[in-house]
Amino acid sequence: MLALGLISWLFSRAPERTLDYLDRKFASKPTIRDANAAAFRAGYALGETLEGVAVRYEVPPAPAKPGTYRQISGNKALALGLMAAAAKADLDLFLGAYPITPATDILNELSAVKDQGVMTFQAEDEIAAIGAAIGASYAGQLGVTSTSGPGMSLKAEMIGLAVMLELPLVIVDVQRAGPSTGMPTRTEQSDLNLALHGRHGEAPLPVIAASSPGDCFHAAYEAARIAVEHRTPVILLSDGYLGNGAEPWLVPDLATLPAIEPTFATASDLVNGTFLPYRRDAKGARPWAIPGTAGLEHRIGGLEKADLTGAVSNDPDNHERMIALRQAKVDAVAVPEKADLTGAVSNDPDNHERMIALRQAKVDAVAVPDLVVKDPDADADVLVVGWGSTWGPIDAAARRVRAAGGKVATAHLTHLNPLPANTGEVLRRYRRVIVAEMNTGQLLTVLRARYLVDAQPYTWVKGQPISPSRFSAHLLTVIAEEAS
Amino acid sequence: MSIELDAAAPVPAAEPTAGREGLRGVPLALNALSKKDFASSQEVRWCPGCGDYAILATVQGVLADLGIARENTVIVSGIGCSSRFPYYMDVYGIHSLHGRAPTLATGIALAREDLSVWIVTGDGDALSIGGNHLIHALRRNVNLNILLFNNRIYGLTKGQPSPTSERGKVTKASPVGSVDAPFDPVALALGAGATFVGRALDSDRAGLAEVLGAAAAHRGASVVEIYQNCPIFNDGAYDAVRGPEALVRLQHGAPVLVGGGEFGVVREASGKLALASVAEVGIERVLVHDAHDPDPSTAFALAQLIDSSGLTRAPIGIFRSVDAPVFDDDARAQVRRPRGEERLATLQAHLHGKDVWQVA
Repeated sequence: MLALGLISWLFSRAPERTLDYLDRKFASKPTIRDANAAAFRAGYALGETLEGVAVRYEVPPAPAKPGTYRQISGNKALALGLMAAAAKADLDLFLGAYPITPATDILNELSAVKDQGVMTFQAEDEIAAIGAAIGASYAGQLGVTSTSGPGMSLKAEMIGLAVMLELPLVIVDVQRAGPSTGMPTRTEQSDLNLALHGRHGEAPLPVIAASSPGDCFHAAYEAARIAVEHRTPVILLSDGYLGNGAEPWLVPDLATLPAIEPTFATASDLVNGTFLPYRRDAKGARPWAIPGTAGLEHRIGGLEKADLTGAVSNDPDNHERMIALRQAKVDAVAVPEKADLTGAVSNDPDNHERMIALRQAKVDAVAVPDLVVKDPDADADVLVVGWGSTWGPIDAAARRVRAAGGKVATAHLTHLNPLPANTGEVLRRYRRVIVAEMNTGQLLTVLRARYLVDAQPYTWVKGQPISPSRFSAHLLTVIAEEAS
Repeated sequence: MSIELDAAAPVPAAEPTAGREGLRGVPLALNALSKKDFASSQEVRWCPGCGDYAILATVQGVLADLGIARENTVIVSGIGCSSRFPYYMDVYGIHSLHGRAPTLATGIALAREDLSVWIVTGDGDALSIGGNHLIHALRRNVNLNILLFNNRIYGLTKGQPSPTSERGKVTKASPVGSVDAPFDPVALALGAGATFVGRALDSDRAGLAEVLGAAAAHRGASVVEIYQNCPIFNDGAYDAVRGPEALVRLQHGAPVLVGGGEFGVVREASGKLALASVAEVGIERVLVHDAHDPDPSTAFALAQLIDSSGLTRAPIGIFRSVDAPVFDDDARAQVRRPRGEERLATLQAHLHGKDVWQVA
């Protein structure tokens, strides 16, 4: 407290806020309150009277949008984002979770709000946690499961099932340093490969990454919106740095958030008296027909489906047609009107190929905003691309570079699958592209493979956020190379 | 055989639940339903002679007799021959992952009080890969009906030893005999704290229907082990217990008799159960079955009367049916579900929290 008082004087901070906090914190323990306040005041007074300190700093408030602010941690913001999405969609929220660092706080946060339409289920293991969430989604709720790396590995088979069932599901991965148990309390972005590719078979799904503690709210809202409206599992990537980190947060107004429409299937979805559980809408989403709806009784499961109907089938032609259909959706070819919307089990190769194409197309059909580039004078040669929690360190490093007279552009990805449509164009606009991430180059590999650009890595796997000072020094070297 | 007996067999308690607590909250069908209404359009594809056919027919009949709405019935299965079951039932169904049916079913049961949720699983699915989920569904006492088809073999993968196969089982995967000791599903369920445990035979339609009806009426986790013959990979596994001589029929409030009434189950002074000649000890010394005994130890002792290595006798019927707090009921009771403006206003206040500041 003495040191805090001295530092408060050194940085010209008014002491009232700290003293008010002590009043509230120790309201029921006046002795402790007074002792803390006395120590704090003594430190402040020491600064005023100590002649040995020559410099005193004044840090002006950071520029911020007008509005009501609060302090928020990433895990708390993420929990609130899920609640907001469920409330706006008029769905009950169901979290299935197993305790794991650093994601446990999401379970704790949501367990504290059972009076707001939230049910939490602490399962016997990671698999049961996601299984119950899928069950809840099947029954008509917003099913969510939250975990970290080891839990993601365990959930992989269930995520594949959710891709096949085509039900809404949000899978939250608060990443930590891996592999295996790794460094549970340290941060990393090394689950991107797992999120994008970590399932057997062709199992595409949308991937969203939060970029700051407060952004966890908006990323969670977006993940839930896509899951509900597109009937797909969505992986939401946070990490230990975001989850446990906190920042001032502009409290969102629920009224201004985009609407989320779950639109359950009803008897009006019958086609000539038959329900077709794999008949798709314009987005490629299939009907969400929940138990209790008479006339829509149907069976789903992990086996390949006959498009449209859902009958058990080993017909080779059907399988091939389904594969072709899934591919056709990727290629933006119109889905044949009467082909195969039943949801019946099918080993038909055509059917399988079409279903793969349809599932991929469904992911590709998620409307993703364009990648925004921050290039103040529009004349930089070097572009830094980041995703997730590297937003803060990258932005700080770029500001240092600019302060030192360097030119650098930055762009930050929130949607990792599908990627923004303009990503390739943005990457090709710059002579040098640096992909900065807390792994050994997972996004880099995706961008190089997808866009054939000679992007270079800046990798950092120390279990800590990227150091802005070291990264800015690296950038200045790269910029100097380009200039010569 | 000389057996020292305890003083007297205890008197069973009254029925713990009136009627059909297990179906409370589930809407009734508007019109009477028949067995046929529960058959889906799918062609049933089990091997000829499979015990699953008889079980399917019995389950369809039981569901029709329960009189609940078809659309409020959900069947969840795992992976295995028996797990194709949902495709053949015209209700809501999910064919999920190997061993994981209890996880999805628990989510469904938590989400919706108005659904009757059934699990169809097998000995490999429930007791090997899914053992963890089974015991946790049982100890929580989720309102589920778990039908465990036990054929004592891996059938879908063409014959490997399962967790209920007898020691010494010779298969392609165990050519000189397996060295695994088997589980007894009834004893395992009782050990996990199951509140309803039954056993039935695939071919005994009346007995199976009675146990299944009672399982549905029980509120909480009901597990029913069904002895099911696999004619291809483990044919005749239950032949020895199919005759009336080998069956030990458990009836609440009735003496436990074996071999057509010639033998009875008696309690030795040590507390162990044993068989004795009824003529020798007298019918009044024969244990009277009390399915509602809160203490599971007698039910567990009855489960030990199975001779699992050779399987020459087996108790069937309801081992245990007791009331206990139901997980999904209690979990739902903790949740309040405001709607519309009230919900949004409460959440908006929650977003603000207690410590905010304004930026102009």
